[in-house]
Amino acid sequence: MTTTAPRLTAVGALRERVIKLAELATTPLVPADYLDIIDPLRSGAELRGRIVAIHPETRDAATLVIKPGRAWRTHTPGQYVRIGVDVNGIRQWRAYSLTSHTHRRDGYITITVKAIPDGTVSNHLVHHATVGTIVQLDQAAGEFTLGTQTPRKILFITAGSGITPVMGMLRNIVDENLDVVLVHSAPTAEDVIFAAELRQLHAEGRIRLVEKHTDTDGILDVGHLGDILDDLTERQTWACGPAGLLSALEQRFIDDGIADRLHTERFRPTVIATGDGGPVTFTKTGTVVENDGAQPLLDSGEAAGVLMPSGCRMGICFGCVAPLRQGAVRDLRTGEVTTATDGDNIQIQTCVSAAAGACDIDL
Amino acid sequence: MTTLQATRPDPTVHLSAQDIENLGAELDAMRAEIIASRGERDAAYIRKVIDGQRKLELSSRAVLLFSLFPPAWIVGTVGLSISKIVENMEIGHNVMHGQWDWMRDNKIHSTTWEWDNASPSDMWKHSHNEVHHTYTNVLGKDHDLGYGIMRVDEDQPWMPFYLAQPLWNFINACLFQYGIAAYDLEIGKYLKGRADKERFRHNGKQVLAKIRRHMARDYVLHPLLSGPSAVSTLTANLTANLVRNLWTHSVIMCGHFPEGVQTFEKQSIEGETRGQWYLRQMLGSANISGSPLLHFMSGNLSFQIEHHLFPDLPSNRYAEIAPQVQELFERYGLTYVSGSLPKQVASAWKKVFTLSLPNDFANKAKATVSVTSITRAVFGNSTPSAQAA
Repeated sequence: MTTTAPRLTAVGALRERVIKLAELATTPLVPADYLDIIDPLRSGAELRGRIVAIHPETRDAATLVIKPGRAWRTHTPGQYVRIGVDVNGIRQWRAYSLTSHTHRRDGYITITVKAIPDGTVSNHLVHHATVGTIVQLDQAAGEFTLGTQTPRKILFITAGSGITPVMGMLRNIVDENLDVVLVHSAPTAEDVIFAAELRQLHAEGRIRLVEKHTDTDGILDVGHLGDILDDLTERQTWACGPAGLLSALEQRFIDDGIADRLHTERFRPTVIATGDGGPVTFTKTGTVVENDGAQPLLDSGEAAGVLMPSGCRMGICFGCVAPLRQGAVRDLRTGEVTTATDGDNIQIQTCVSAAAGACDIDL
Repeated sequence: MTTLQATRPDPTVHLSAQDIENLGAELDAMRAEIIASRGERDAAYIRKVIDGQRKLELSSRAVLLFSLFPPAWIVGTVGLSISKIVENMEIGHNVMHGQWDWMRDNKIHSTTWEWDNASPSDMWKHSHNEVHHTYTNVLGKDHDLGYGIMRVDEDQPWMPFYLAQPLWNFINACLFQYGIAAYDLEIGKYLKGRADKERFRHNGKQVLAKIRRHMARDYVLHPLLSGPSAVSTLTANLTANLVRNLWTHSVIMCGHFPEGVQTFEKQSIEGETRGQWYLRQMLGSANISGSPLLHFMSGNLSFQIEHHLFPDLPSNRYAEIAPQVQELFERYGLTYVSGSLPKQVASAWKKVFTLSLPNDFANKAKATVSVTSITRAVFGNSTPSAQAA
């Protein structure tokens, strides 16, 4: 160690000097601006990916296979990735659950997207995205995972595209002796994403799959989960789906006194409270917009041309935080009002906050 | 009611207040239409331009590593000159106007962009976007009218300093990027003791730091990288910067100085309505007619009128809406000032020469020196005709 350290420093110093010179040679740009033309996925580049394949899953869902840049670290099954896609020329950021094996030999990752009505990005990805397109990526994130110690008995309750993070987990479970029950709801049998693979797992006895086709069966009655399985209280439960389903589950688990056994993931914020609204000033750009108290500040800013950082748009990924310099904002999920006076610079999530009076955002 | 007053015979005298508001509404509608149709095609355009410019710059600089060989010097210098012009005009100027902010791409955004020009983007955006585009051609407000070193309008008071303004203009053209930096720094205001000293010092440091880096790049590092070709690479870079300066200066002079462009009194813009603002932009700007290549190389500032009406709309759209705008001028009985590059450059230079003298001298000089005779003298006998549609 003592012998190599000085040499490393010398190499490091030389490297630093070369970087400095390269920066000077390319000023006012940076070397990366030119290297990006040659290889946008190289190591050291901002994290991006290239769509290498698109597989339709159902009539309104598709799996995108993405070759991530060299900077990609691995993910934990159940996590999501923030992805920036240009839709009609406009960069849009969204978060999608990763559905791939964590150790694919080709290093590719997959996300599975369900087109939601009027969904700008989901419709684009499912119906219009093309192979070869470069997308912006962030490292995987999210707490909706099986944890370090996978429990023996697991219950998954999913609906619609809520299956995607669970599929990410199922594909990565190596222990064949786990007792896994999956209760999945979809409008019809044809709407079940990953239907063939799930039914195969069921046939092999790896999981017990309970399909609920809500067009004919009606929606899952959380109160009657006992009819499906008799050992609910012995299981750790992971649930992902529409807000109504998750709220009902949360209530049931609280009533049963086993709230700590339920893990949920929401894809959209539940708007609880809207406020008075007010003028929003983006202090760096000097843009002032009127916010009605119901629209997220993120949307208001974007509409006014402010370069807003953004991510999941549901209040979980913190990709959109910006300092509230002064004024008041309301959390649309809880109704909670956050106020700041000049110099406070409180970090707020613009995707789930609306104005609760005049406010200054430092963007 | 405030009416818009031009300082010479009012070209808007036939327009009622209602006419002007209708004009404004029509332009607003035109603007809304473009905004609604902005999309993938436009995004692809600017990305292609940026990509092409960077490749051209890289390859030109690579060729210049062997600039000792005259053909390499020529090819590299031409390439680098074009690259620098495109970087400044079609890319830098327009990105910093926020024309591409709607793409929400942090790499192509007015708040993050920096350009290959001595003036730092923040300072330039203030003096250009805020001051010049708001107070276009308002005497005493828009310092672009002569950049504070020249008299380009009869209503600007004459001073003996202006006698040498053809020389000032020529020097400014050669050193244009430094001229812009000095102008954005408001050196004139500082010298008169009317500037915030602290701010001036802070900005001055930024400008000097940027100039130092750019000089080190063009006149030290790249020449050194060229080894035996060091000296010729230096002269190539110097030439490319000079070509860029002369070209951008010429194009920009054509925007507001040529004959037929109106200027306005300070009090005429008090309480100005949206329609009146549009009208002032229409009368205060001049276009350059020419080929698509000319428009591209001028950063589409050849559509100065369209640019001034809609400074933040994507530059690739100006050519598309120009016929509509021109038709609007006709319908409202206004003059769409436009001419070929030689004609407009000659017209602007003529103003610089004639207005170096006090007005009564200038009037006499005007009688004997016509635009056509200057054009002929400079560009040969191509007889550009006056073109006022």
